[in-house]
Amino acid sequence: MNERNESIHGVACTFRKPADVYHAAEKVRDAGWKYWDVHSAYPIHGLDKAMGLPRSKIPRLTLLGGVTGFIAGCLLTWYMNSFDYPLIVGGKPLWSPIFPFPIMYECTILFAAFGTFFGQFILNRLPQHHHPLFDLPQFARTSDDSFMIVLEARDSQFHLDESRNFLLSLGGQEITVIRD
Amino acid sequence: MAYAPDHSSERPAILDKVNPAELPRAKLILNDRGFHWITDKVCGIVEEPTPLWWKVLFTVALFVASFTGVGLFYLVSTGTGVWGLRAPIGWGWAIVNFVFWVGIGHAGTLISAILCLLRQKWRTSINRAAEAMTIFAVMCAGIFPLFHVGRVWFAWWLFPIPNQNAIWPQFRSPLEWDVFAVSTYFTVSSLFWYMGMVPDFGTIRDRATTWWRKAFYSVLAMGWRGGNRQWSNMEMAYLLLAGLSTPLVLSVHTIVSFDFAVSNVPGWHTTIFPPYFVAGAIFSGFAMVLTLMLPLRAIYRLHDVINQYHIDNMCKIILATGTMVGYAYATEFFIAAYSGNVYEKFAFVNRAFGQYAWAYWIMVSCNVITPQLFWFKKIRENHSLVWIICLFVNVGMWFERFVITVTSLANDYLPSSWGYYSPTIVDIFTFFGTFGFFSVLFLLFVRFFPLLPMAELKMVSPHSDIHKH
Repeated sequence: MNERNESIHGVACTFRKPADVYHAAEKVRDAGWKYWDVHSAYPIHGLDKAMGLPRSKIPRLTLLGGVTGFIAGCLLTWYMNSFDYPLIVGGKPLWSPIFPFPIMYECTILFAAFGTFFGQFILNRLPQHHHPLFDLPQFARTSDDSFMIVLEARDSQFHLDESRNFLLSLGGQEITVIRD
Repeated sequence: MAYAPDHSSERPAILDKVNPAELPRAKLILNDRGFHWITDKVCGIVEEPTPLWWKVLFTVALFVASFTGVGLFYLVSTGTGVWGLRAPIGWGWAIVNFVFWVGIGHAGTLISAILCLLRQKWRTSINRAAEAMTIFAVMCAGIFPLFHVGRVWFAWWLFPIPNQNAIWPQFRSPLEWDVFAVSTYFTVSSLFWYMGMVPDFGTIRDRATTWWRKAFYSVLAMGWRGGNRQWSNMEMAYLLLAGLSTPLVLSVHTIVSFDFAVSNVPGWHTTIFPPYFVAGAIFSGFAMVLTLMLPLRAIYRLHDVINQYHIDNMCKIILATGTMVGYAYATEFFIAAYSGNVYEKFAFVNRAFGQYAWAYWIMVSCNVITPQLFWFKKIRENHSLVWIICLFVNVGMWFERFVITVTSLANDYLPSSWGYYSPTIVDIFTFFGTFGFFSVLFLLFVRFFPLLPMAELKMVSPHSDIHKH
């Protein structure tokens, strides 16, 4: 990033139709951009591929949560009913993987859900209430019926005029510079 | 799509080319409504000035809810004796109401999770409201076992929290499994519901004109920007939560049925309970979804997004699950007769012809006979009639839980310890009030939260097809 671009977050360009933004995204991907995004009011089918995005990492966090939950369920029931306060009920074993299975099952699901839910917010860097995009007047409409491609200044390919022309060549409608 | 046969083999092709007919798919959004219409429609509900009907209903709902408040206050200040529980009937309305409300909740999770995994796109129009219904119904359900413990100030002993007596919850008891199942269910449903709403909160935030609305929805939207890098994670998380909620919802009512099935009481101790309870839960839940959505559809003119196709589908699910429930009633009778166990046989004969026969036949007529009307298209298209039938289903499912809980306890093994249970006015008021409590929450949801999932509706709209438009 050179000094001239210091206060610039990137360049944004709006599109009216999902098909237009989809094909534009393919071209940005092919041009080798790394720091850029497509904003839309809903997940556009197939856009992950058109943008060349890797598979989301959330399943790993879900698995981590699930395994943690299962182990927590085992330890919880074993510690409480068999170790800390062993109490014989109906002549049954103090701990077995059978009778507390519902507890282990529910703990697995609960922690896996925590992994998924918090994982989503962590990977998406949310909550983040301040972002240069929010100052853009056109941005509000991307959560309604408009689409926007943003090329970020931190990308090594970014150059204000060239990037602007590049967006123009993609068929975008309104091109704006986003300032930090 | 044209199918080109492989001509390399020796056998001559019967047809040169096979052209499968293009079968039109049912339209989920009528009148070719675009993205902006969807945004306007859903945000409009939140943005318009509070309508008069809302204020009236909210006041009535608050008044009704106060019955629960007063009922519980009287119960706690006086003692559990103010409920109609006497030996031998230790489980009365409180447990009936608990199972009833938890069951209502199940349709919401079925719609949001199971139908999502099955790629039933029609679920999008109703899933948000159905999920809200789930959460509020579970809250209503939670009240009853919470106060049924007697000394409600010790209810935290149900959770694995160290206490001054150094004792722990007993995990061999199905009641303790229930604590984990229902609290997990409530937590996961709330997370799922909220996560799905985040992008929609973002839309309301971006349209907000007043300061307080902007602030309120900004906090809820968490700074959602709708970038595809965010959507990619969001979609994955949504799918995974759907995948987690599916075994969860099946386990919750299974464990609720274990409360009964693990005991030795004739009429409770049956292996059919888990699937039978789950089918019944979905049955009653869908009836409640229709009870709520039909009036909302009329008030907010949502006919383009909740159309006859959606109503047909829900009616058919009620028909299918209602028939399963009817089949389960028949199976119970058969197994009781086949078991050769006199107590088991008596329990079922007694249900149908004993002192609670009136409740049994209300149950059968509401749950088995009424939903059969949904075989007829004419009836599914008559929405007032659909609404009334759904009310019958709700009543029938409440009676099902009453029949199961009370008849088995009232007449079990020894005739000398038989009894007859009837609720007190406190029971009745407390239950009546939960409908107010539920309505208060649901009305607040309708007023302040996006009633329909905008992002998901846009996703299933034909306008989102990048190959056609």
